[in-house]
Amino acid sequence: MKNTTENSGATREKGRREFLKKAWKILGVVAVAEFVFFFVSLLKPSKELKKSKPGSTVRIIGNIEEFLPGTVTPDRINKLYILRDSEGGFLALSLICPHLGCSVLWDETKKQFDCPCHSSAFDSYGVVLSSPAPRPLDYFPVILEEGKVKVDVSQKAKRRKFETSQMTYAI
Amino acid sequence: MNQNPDSEKGRKPGFGLILHLHPRKVKESTLRFNLTFGLGGMAALLVVIQVFTGLLLKFHYEPSPENAYNSILNLQESLLFGQMLRNMHHWSSIVLLWVVLLHMLRVAFTGAYRKPRHASWIFGLALLLLVVLSNFTGYLLPWDQLSYWAVTISTNLLAYVPLIGNSIMEALLGGKEVGQATLTNFFNLHTGVIPLLMVVLMAYHFWRIRKAGGVIVAEKDKDGPMVDTRPYLLNREFVVAMALLAFLVILSSLFDAPLRERANPSFSPNPAKAPWYFMGLQELLIHFHPFFAIVVFPVTVLAAACWLPYIKLEDRNQGIWFLSDKGVKSAKVALASGFVLTVLFIGLSELLPDPELLLSSVPSLVTTGLIPFAILAGALYFFLKQIQRKFSLNRSEIIQSVIIVMIVSYTVLTLTGIFFRGEGMNLMWPWKV
Repeated sequence: MKNTTENSGATREKGRREFLKKAWKILGVVAVAEFVFFFVSLLKPSKELKKSKPGSTVRIIGNIEEFLPGTVTPDRINKLYILRDSEGGFLALSLICPHLGCSVLWDETKKQFDCPCHSSAFDSYGVVLSSPAPRPLDYFPVILEEGKVKVDVSQKAKRRKFETSQMTYAI
Repeated sequence: MNQNPDSEKGRKPGFGLILHLHPRKVKESTLRFNLTFGLGGMAALLVVIQVFTGLLLKFHYEPSPENAYNSILNLQESLLFGQMLRNMHHWSSIVLLWVVLLHMLRVAFTGAYRKPRHASWIFGLALLLLVVLSNFTGYLLPWDQLSYWAVTISTNLLAYVPLIGNSIMEALLGGKEVGQATLTNFFNLHTGVIPLLMVVLMAYHFWRIRKAGGVIVAEKDKDGPMVDTRPYLLNREFVVAMALLAFLVILSSLFDAPLRERANPSFSPNPAKAPWYFMGLQELLIHFHPFFAIVVFPVTVLAAACWLPYIKLEDRNQGIWFLSDKGVKSAKVALASGFVLTVLFIGLSELLPDPELLLSSVPSLVTTGLIPFAILAGALYFFLKQIQRKFSLNRSEIIQSVIIVMIVSYTVLTLTGIFFRGEGMNLMWPWKV
């Protein structure tokens, strides 16, 4: 490939050979890339998602009157906390710290969530009080029907800040 | 290889395979123990031990979140030598990582990464990554609190890689959190994919060493006398192998592989730490923006390691640990300064106010990423200029100094993470952790 100025048959022949060699190499790289892509997509979650039927991800957490205003109640099975603030609004917070995935603990005296791994702290609405957590705790939409508090655990949402629209109020 | 019929004489059956791996004759100077410390051979033996003990463990292990923990308990409590088997696998994995790292250091110091050994070096790096990955995937399998949370933290680190991080993480976990799919992935990677890849790469690694004419030798020994591989080399290898085995058996009899309570996805232990070989990264993460700790630093180091064989070097000295007395001196200086600077860095970032809060208007990518990274890079450059002037080093000695600084720094970071970080990852004395 280096010597294309000379136009003798030998160099053209050499150029063709080198081109073919290069083509084979490129094809090899493409084949490896395809295989890696195939392999990685094989690892991906599809296995688990197929199992869940629509609607089966809505979990009943408890009766509305069990949650007193101004309390935080853990639900360790679904890995979330139910906040009912002093105005009676509901918010379901993921107990997974958005920093590195440890589970946060509710401190009743300080009224805050603490992460045991890197001491991030969050207020009762999940807003970051101290870093390294990069964003507030994730939340789930709460559904209030038939006197029950329900959470769709497949609808976990990330957020940059707390907004009142994330709350659900009993009518 | 050119087979001379005369050399077939006195050849006993059973040595064919070994004599296929080794040449028939080797240079006498390569037998010197402190040239290689037998580290490459030890790594190969440890891989064999891992395959062997791993195959036996597979008979009793059940890769499901419900039964994994109990199958380990059952293995340890009711099986003859079950605990011993797991201990051997556990300690060998740790020793393997150490041996591989030391082997790499030896190769770097004796200049054995240069052409025509560059392919061995690159494939060696790939093997190092596989050893780490193998160790990491094995970490999850007991499904106790230690493994569950260590894997949770380590895989969450990936989420900070821009663009592709999340999809790599989800592919590895088989979902959004550590669960059955993760265990299936890790089990198959650990017991199938990685060992297979390792065997292939090892074969190539060994073949390239033979192509390069065996273990590296110093210029002055190039024309030294040759001796028969059997018995001179094989006997030495046998002694090293037996000593290593004895060491592992003693270690495994004295110390049990750790097993905490069964994994509980809703309670993380305090403090929750990554596996020990990732503790340096976790420590970096406390000081740096995640993008720098997880992407910039590791990729820079790996790229530098891959580039190493292609750096032009003026000297022809190979197969010697230190090229000159001043090289030894500068190595000592590099060792001391790497240690002091890292300790100072950790101490200062604990005492000084958080730059993120001080300059809250500037994005944290700059305050805890770009600025400290620029300072560090500048300090390293200044340091190299200084020692180069002071000791008038040549290029390969400078490379050696850089390697020493990096290894010492990472070691200090790792030790700090393991021994000096207690509850809430706060700095404290080891006896309070």
